[in-house]
Amino acid sequence: MAVKSFRDAINETLKQEMRRDSRVIVMGEDVVGGMGGSSGVAEAAGGTFGVTAGLAAEFGRRRVIDTPITESAIIGAAGGAALTGLRPVAELMFIDFIGVCLDQILNQQAKFRYMFGGKCSVPVTIRTLMGAGLGAGPQHSQSLHGVLTSIPGIKVVVPSNAADAKGLLATAIRDDDPVIFCEHKYLYGESCEVPDGEHLIPFGEANVTRTGSHVTVVAFSRMVLLANKVADKLAKEGISVEVVDPRTTSPLDKDSILESIEKTGRLVVVDEATPFCGMASEIAGLAACEALSSLKAPVQKVTAPHTPVPATPGLEQDWLPSVERIEAAIRATLTQKFARAG
Amino acid sequence: MAVPIYDPIILLDAYRRMRAIREFEERMRREVQAGSVPGFVHLYCGQEAVAVGTCMHLRDTDYIGSTHRGHGHCIAKGCDVGDMLLEIYCKQGGLCNGKGGSMHIADLRKGMLGANAIVGGSPPIAVGAALTQATLGTDGCTVTFIGDGASNQGTVAESLNMAAILKLPLIFLYENNGYAEFTGISYHMRGNLAQRAAGFGMPGETVDGVDFFAVYDAVGRAVARARRGEGPSAVEAVAMRWYGHFEGDMQLYRDPKEVERLRATADPLVKFEERAVKEFDIAADELREIDEEITELIEEKVIAAKAAPKPPREALYTDVYGSY
Repeated sequence: MAVKSFRDAINETLKQEMRRDSRVIVMGEDVVGGMGGSSGVAEAAGGTFGVTAGLAAEFGRRRVIDTPITESAIIGAAGGAALTGLRPVAELMFIDFIGVCLDQILNQQAKFRYMFGGKCSVPVTIRTLMGAGLGAGPQHSQSLHGVLTSIPGIKVVVPSNAADAKGLLATAIRDDDPVIFCEHKYLYGESCEVPDGEHLIPFGEANVTRTGSHVTVVAFSRMVLLANKVADKLAKEGISVEVVDPRTTSPLDKDSILESIEKTGRLVVVDEATPFCGMASEIAGLAACEALSSLKAPVQKVTAPHTPVPATPGLEQDWLPSVERIEAAIRATLTQKFARAG
Repeated sequence: MAVPIYDPIILLDAYRRMRAIREFEERMRREVQAGSVPGFVHLYCGQEAVAVGTCMHLRDTDYIGSTHRGHGHCIAKGCDVGDMLLEIYCKQGGLCNGKGGSMHIADLRKGMLGANAIVGGSPPIAVGAALTQATLGTDGCTVTFIGDGASNQGTVAESLNMAAILKLPLIFLYENNGYAEFTGISYHMRGNLAQRAAGFGMPGETVDGVDFFAVYDAVGRAVARARRGEGPSAVEAVAMRWYGHFEGDMQLYRDPKEVERLRATADPLVKFEERAVKEFDIAADELREIDEEITELIEEKVIAAKAAPKPPREALYTDVYGSY
């Protein structure tokens, strides 16, 4: 075990998996960086956020492929390569860019296995950056994991810490289905203890990051950090908060979520995404459909508003779910009760 | 340039495949009209020489990416017609176990990466197949069939550029059949498809897609270049489709005389036979024997497909994921 950043954990996992399996390739825009530039500096970038640094030096440019800015061709080629025997890890620089290549995910990769009668595998991993907080504005800040979660045939991963990023990315690369691996850009600098060597975390297994008995908070990606912070603060007041991090939204570990709701009877869902048809609604719906008799109070949803992400300093922070809003939601659910009928 | 020599075995094989496509599609047309085929069916009649002139150069380990008009590509690439028919009728044992249907037939064992119901959906996937071939260092190649309609999709431009810069063993086979759904090419595009490819720094040539020999020669050059590791090429084959966009299309946009004229003057099988008999000593009798065999084969397989069981109800839930 050593303390590593989220960025370094992903970099290390890519290297480990590429060493382990020669069919693993990495492709995307500037994953090497500096190709064709006038400075002649090899590997001038290693990814926009440095996540793929050092890969080309170790594995060569046949396996670490810089592409033009051409998302349909990147994601489509990754799918075609997966269909024909490679295990590509394609980088979609920002999840917002799904807009220019969604067909290759929605209509192609997600459907291949089913519409070809189970006679193929599609072992493609799409690494992509999500999340607001850097002032990048409406087209570089979204969290679209919920949109992708609604598509059968793909799996969606939303790691919240470096150790999980490592274990889940290794699982993604070895998985025989298309996986969208969503890296919150605000997490890259966050560090924690990361297991050395091989570390695999199965999909569909939630992690309870704080155990508690008064209220359940289900949070995704970076929101887990905020929820943990609030739980630690409220613990000092004697409020016992359980934080559940599903880690993958598809498959979703319903059992762990329901078990926690049955224990606490109160639910707050925190998702850095717009409020309609997203994970917060999904978890609230799950509680309504399968744990209503356990609930002692209405479910609280803490999400972004139904607006684009503003670039405006200040307004962007208002857009994001905050520790204050999470705390308020927890306090609300602790004081609210269902009105008795009749 | 030396006159190409055509092995009679190859010529008879090519004729057999073209005749199989014609018979298959004419039969499908009658079956659709009789109401026995589920979903949409897009027929390949008139374009037989394009698929066959191309796929005669390919091995099972080479790949093709296809289109919604994919039956001809499948037959040319060696897919079993009985298993194709089971698939078109959405029956158990079909190439996709009955869950893909006409527009999604795939057969990876034969290197057929799938018909594709998204116009322009296939070229990026074919880039990936060619990337696999290049990465693994094989001498395999991939062909992506692109209709004139699909040629206007951005995915095609992205694929041309990506294949060019990565020097992939990929052939862009434009099938210019004159119409993008209900819109004629004189309206929907400008310039020339082979020149568009040339704009991406690769060889591009236009050939008569009704003429098997012209397609075969041009694709032969492109395939050889791909196998030598010299990168992608494009071939535009011009061959009008005989029927509508889909079977059932009223074709109000088309002068009925156009189709009569095509049948009279632009039949790829007739054109093939004229030259094969005259120049390459193929006996017409031998071709008539093939005709009879094919007619019997299709009859037998259509009857079998109609009688075959449907997939069980549980099939609804299978093969969404490998594991979940």
